[in-house]
Amino acid sequence: MWNYENRLEFPVNIKEPNAKLAQVIISQYGGPDGEMGASMRYLSQRYSMPYKEVAGLLTDIGTEELAHLEIVAAIVHQLTRNLSMEEIEKSGFAPYYVDHTVGVWPQSAGGFPFSASQFQVTGDPITDLTEDLAAEQKARTTYDNILRLIKDPDVCEPIKFLRMREVVHFQRFGEALRITQDHLDSRNFYAFNPAFDRCEDCDDK
Amino acid sequence: MANNETMCQKDQLLHDIGIVGFVLIELGLYLDTHPFDRNALEYFNHYSRIKQQMTKEFSMKYYPLTLELAESGKEWRWGAAPLPWEGGCV
Repeated sequence: MWNYENRLEFPVNIKEPNAKLAQVIISQYGGPDGEMGASMRYLSQRYSMPYKEVAGLLTDIGTEELAHLEIVAAIVHQLTRNLSMEEIEKSGFAPYYVDHTVGVWPQSAGGFPFSASQFQVTGDPITDLTEDLAAEQKARTTYDNILRLIKDPDVCEPIKFLRMREVVHFQRFGEALRITQDHLDSRNFYAFNPAFDRCEDCDDK
Repeated sequence: MANNETMCQKDQLLHDIGIVGFVLIELGLYLDTHPFDRNALEYFNHYSRIKQQMTKEFSMKYYPLTLELAESGKEWRWGAAPLPWEGGCV
């Protein structure tokens, strides 16, 4: 289960609305490498993770991603707060506005809706963890791309924080992959899938 | 806005809770993959106690940060708390 803490993991206090920026940052809400996909990926992969310490890490990183989802939503919300009709038309926000007004809906910067096909649960620990490593780098690249488009320090600071967390998660997933491999046959990590196959000769802890 | 000094203390305390809370998140992930690191365990225990005290103090003085700290008198305090995504007046 989960408990809610009534605060953001990192503060968001944006004074100047900017609908143009909101349209690119929303990609980290519901886009292909965004926080919604990240949290759903890790929280769904836990069930087929045979090693308790790694399953625990998936829960904790998946939980932190939910806090990041909320930070991204807060940024988009504050960037689109108190917009005039003129600003909506001028900034190219009208296509989003016509469906969602200034609500926060999970889509990519290009307008594609969030989809579970943006992530995988293969049920194979090595494959899943390798995807997780790539996912953290893809999210880091997206934040780097976003940072090149931002001038406002009120928006920069929380985005820099989120970017930094991708790097830390990448590090932890690297350790999780090593822990997983330590449980397996070093001559052939792929000899069997520890989440599915039964292997009598193996040291299956 | 009625009382600027209270506002400042409130924001300061919330800011500090954010810092200590982050330390715990970071140490928590580290300990998931380094479960026997004694220094990290000591840090975690230390900051965990501080975070609990600060969260309790904040919730009593201003508004509840967690449901279990939402004990209320006449009005349901959990529902009256500000929404975190609206930002503060830092």
